[in-house]
Amino acid sequence: MSWASKFLTSSIGKKLIMSLTGLFLILFLVVHLIGNLQLLTFLTDDPADKPGMAFNLYAEFMTTFTPIKVVSYGLYAFILIHAVQGWMLWRQNVQARGPIGYAVKDLRAVNTNARAAARMGWLGTIIFVFLVLHLYQFWLQMKIGTLAPVTYDGKTVADLYSVVAQTYANPVFVAVYLISMFVVAFHLWHGFQSAFQTLGLNHKKYTPAIQVIGKIYSIVIPLGFALIPVMMYLQSLNA
Amino acid sequence: MKITLKVWRQKDAKDKGRFETYKLDNVTEHMSFLEMFDVLNEELIQKKETPIAFEHDCREGICGTCSMVINGRPHGPLQGTTACQLHMRMFNDGDTIVVEPFRARAFPVLCDLVVDRSAFDRIIQSGGFISVNTGQPQDANSLPVPKEVAEASFSAAACIGCGACVAACPNASAMLFVSAKVSHLNLLPQGKVEAKRRAQSMVKQMDLEGFGNCSNVTACEAECPKEISIKNIARLNREYMSSAVGSETEV
Amino acid sequence: MKLDGKIPAGALAEKWTKYRSSMPLVAPHNKLRLDVIVVGTGLAGASAAASLGELGYNVKCFTFHDSPRRAHSIAAQGGINAAKNYRNDGDSVHRLFYDTIKGGDYRAREANVHRLAEVSGSIIDQCVAQGVPFAREYGGLLDTRSFGGTQVQRTFYAKGQTGQQLLIGAYQALSRQISLGKVQMYNRHEMLDLVMVDGKARGIIARNLVTGKLERFSAHAVVLATGGYGNVFYLSTNAMTCNVTAAWRTVRRGALMANPCFTQIHPTCIPVSGDYQSKLTLMSESLRNDGRVWAPKKKEDAQAIREGRKKGKDIPEEDRDYFLERKYPAFGNLVPRDVASRASKAMCDAGHGVAPTGLAVFMDFAAAIERYGRSRASAQGIHNPDKDTITALGEKVIDEKYDNLFAMYEKITGENAKKTPMKIYPAVHYTMGGLWVDYNLQTNIPGLFATGECNFSDHGANRLGASALMQGLADGYFVLPYTIGTFLAGEISTPRISTDLPEFAAAESETRARLLGFLSVNGKQSVESFHRRLGRIMWEYCGMARNAEGLTKARKMVQDLQAEFQSDLFVPGTLDEFNPELEKAARVADFMELGELMIVDALNRNESCGGHFRTEYQTEEGEAMRDDEGYAYVAAWEYGGMGKEPVLHREDLIFETVKPTSRSYK
Repeated sequence: MSWASKFLTSSIGKKLIMSLTGLFLILFLVVHLIGNLQLLTFLTDDPADKPGMAFNLYAEFMTTFTPIKVVSYGLYAFILIHAVQGWMLWRQNVQARGPIGYAVKDLRAVNTNARAAARMGWLGTIIFVFLVLHLYQFWLQMKIGTLAPVTYDGKTVADLYSVVAQTYANPVFVAVYLISMFVVAFHLWHGFQSAFQTLGLNHKKYTPAIQVIGKIYSIVIPLGFALIPVMMYLQSLNA
Repeated sequence: MKITLKVWRQKDAKDKGRFETYKLDNVTEHMSFLEMFDVLNEELIQKKETPIAFEHDCREGICGTCSMVINGRPHGPLQGTTACQLHMRMFNDGDTIVVEPFRARAFPVLCDLVVDRSAFDRIIQSGGFISVNTGQPQDANSLPVPKEVAEASFSAAACIGCGACVAACPNASAMLFVSAKVSHLNLLPQGKVEAKRRAQSMVKQMDLEGFGNCSNVTACEAECPKEISIKNIARLNREYMSSAVGSETEV
Repeated sequence: MKLDGKIPAGALAEKWTKYRSSMPLVAPHNKLRLDVIVVGTGLAGASAAASLGELGYNVKCFTFHDSPRRAHSIAAQGGINAAKNYRNDGDSVHRLFYDTIKGGDYRAREANVHRLAEVSGSIIDQCVAQGVPFAREYGGLLDTRSFGGTQVQRTFYAKGQTGQQLLIGAYQALSRQISLGKVQMYNRHEMLDLVMVDGKARGIIARNLVTGKLERFSAHAVVLATGGYGNVFYLSTNAMTCNVTAAWRTVRRGALMANPCFTQIHPTCIPVSGDYQSKLTLMSESLRNDGRVWAPKKKEDAQAIREGRKKGKDIPEEDRDYFLERKYPAFGNLVPRDVASRASKAMCDAGHGVAPTGLAVFMDFAAAIERYGRSRASAQGIHNPDKDTITALGEKVIDEKYDNLFAMYEKITGENAKKTPMKIYPAVHYTMGGLWVDYNLQTNIPGLFATGECNFSDHGANRLGASALMQGLADGYFVLPYTIGTFLAGEISTPRISTDLPEFAAAESETRARLLGFLSVNGKQSVESFHRRLGRIMWEYCGMARNAEGLTKARKMVQDLQAEFQSDLFVPGTLDEFNPELEKAARVADFMELGELMIVDALNRNESCGGHFRTEYQTEEGEAMRDDEGYAYVAAWEYGGMGKEPVLHREDLIFETVKPTSRSYK
């Protein structure tokens, strides 16, 4: 085995992969949230904005601009690597306990949520299922061109906004989304600071800051995402 | 005090094992947890039954021999304490206490609460030492070590090798144990010579033994009777990465 | 039998150096053909096995623990002595030698003790190189502190875990040799007999404690590093499994037991709290650097404390008797252990004891906390600190210095000893007696060596604090690896010993018969109950104070107990399984035989010296009265056979350099 594959298949190498892909996904979530907030332009009462125009133009840009496309393939790969590696680790870790588990469990942790930390596999799986649904509902429709066209100032783009608006007029999908964001929050609560620990960053002076930023991040980002379907649902009631 | 004990009984490695319930009527609060087991075993012997096998030796919290999980927590409810130093004043009259062996694939049960922790020895044998023969060294004070470094090294070296970290970890990972030894030695100037090789060899052996992967749950630090910090795990991650990727050393 | 200590000729300070350069050597290629068995993996065993492996011998190393890192050396708290003179306080090899031989009340061999002092410095060098994290000062150099019986600061330490750190160092060295294939490690194997072929030690019978099977192992020489026998008293600071079986089995094969009655009672242990108690916990002697030992002057105060009506801190300064400082102003609280123990016992016997049992005195840290608090405050630039600040800072210094000790005390007793004085009482801690060995650490059986606490050689009638770690490592790292060559040099043409020899078969079947014997009694009483009763007899009559009448009575009691053991013992289970009760039965049976010999030895020694205090032989002030005319010898006992008297062999102690004087710490 080459040194690189030895490294990447060692327990620390595997964790490093989880950490780096996780950190990339953390960054992605920020970009994704900023983009998605354009779904809520109806709140601004800007006279120049037609419903969904900003979002649809943004979606068009994201799917056609080459550098973004390249990054997006990286993103798909990272999601898959994070998920597959995560499942493999989960399986190994369950096996490592041995044939008989504990009759009484009383898990304690330092500086993280023990329940979240011990259930990253479950949380991740739920997020993955959500992702499949999410991608099917929006990303796939965009890719295979089933969306109705819409024209803004002579430029014709796919009307993703209407699909989103329709979806989140349905309280069931809103509920699924909210639950998923709750799960994402828990996953991040442990994952954010854990990624730094795996990278070897545990420092008397900086770790407390990472811990705080991680906690703020894992609340603010999922909350921001959760706001969108809720506002859109409320908007649909007004319409 | 009256105490009900539910204890894992398993005749040998092949036996399937089961919980047995025992009732104790005259437990006093000054008794240690293991002395309560002594009293119970004396009663069992009087009834010509097989006493419960449990490991213990120094009963001063330093040898690392005791290996039981008490109410879901390795070494029981008191933080920074081994099972032998746990006293019954931590429990209440009428309590039911469940006692299980350390559970990990790498620590197979031998009998009742006794497990085989020789995997830890093999990890140390893979590189948890400084290669210096007897009689070779120079004068002890020819190598000054900053006090902070010596103390960081000491606090990692305080590990007693009991395996509570593995027992506590939901993944049965041995990272706290391995990282404590790597930190103890790699921090010291005399340990730096072999630091690269040590980090790689010990992680390799740890993986071979079938321990799980660290996912930073930190249950190890929470349950470690010597309160060894996960800072050591971060250090091992650094040492390992810099060694496996950043150096020419390969094992 | 004429006992020859094989002490090299010449001036004391040159004996070891000269001898070392003239002793027979084994060439490297011959070492590869020689097998050595090392039994025990404490400091003495692990260091010996590692060093022998480094030299090239094929080592088979045995421990009954699950790992070679568990032996009770690990529990040593305070430190290790070495004549480094890093403090510039006048220490030297000679001074360490002198303190040790005087501390041992002139009942040790000069040459052995001097050698110990000579190699002490190398031990520190070796341990530091292995990565032992000793305490350091801000300049990065090693820190030291004081221990009992000395007026210099020569004790190196690693907080309150010196033994652990040293043992881990030796364990790591041993692990390295295991990984290199030079040491074959046998965990969970207990030595139950010595095998002799043509009068030489050639192997052992060990029981695999997991499967219960008896196994044979052969070698050209056997090294015992199996520790002391303090558990003969049942309650001691030893670990639960410490035992005399390996050593005693060699006595049954002809090895001599020397000075078995010399046991050390450590003055500062946590007092007994109840009948269920399984062991006693030591509070390190290093605490006497800062702890002041006292008892109430007034008996009524002591009574009130015993009944819980008063607390230690309620007693005003003028009503406290700091009896060690009063009696021994020169050494104060740091008098040797035997002296401190007897003084505490005398206070309790006179009705000044403070625990509910009446068997405890106080060790008080209030003065030290205040002193350190003031000093730390001044170092931090706090002028006119208030009392709370001083206390807080002082307690912090105490925490830094003694780390785990106060926490341990609190866990066991539920009291915070920084707030209220610690209660302490003497307890059995160490046994100076052990297998008789010559200067080469070889017993009278050729090829059988004994190192560490297992032998008798270096501490005389009383061991000084922080000297056990020193001796274990000296023997294992710097003495045995040389001296074993004196025997093995004659064995280079001896082929590998076969375990099919009839001697092995005979020893194995004897061991099997013995173990089956315990299982077949099928009486009513547990091993533990016999052990407890034996311990009570030994503590009562052969403990801190002994006299002829009590000893005679005790001997009969032990014999009766033995008879009862043989007729009413109950051991559950079978031979061929994991069976801790069977292990204990074999150990307790040997403790009984040893206990009787200790009594015989104590009866024979009509003097008081070190840890051996015969009430008939004391000064008017209650100090020990030695008899150098009659008893300046090592009493080495040969097992006489079942029901027969043991045979005494004397090795006279010749003092060429020091003049035995009455030991004074005043």
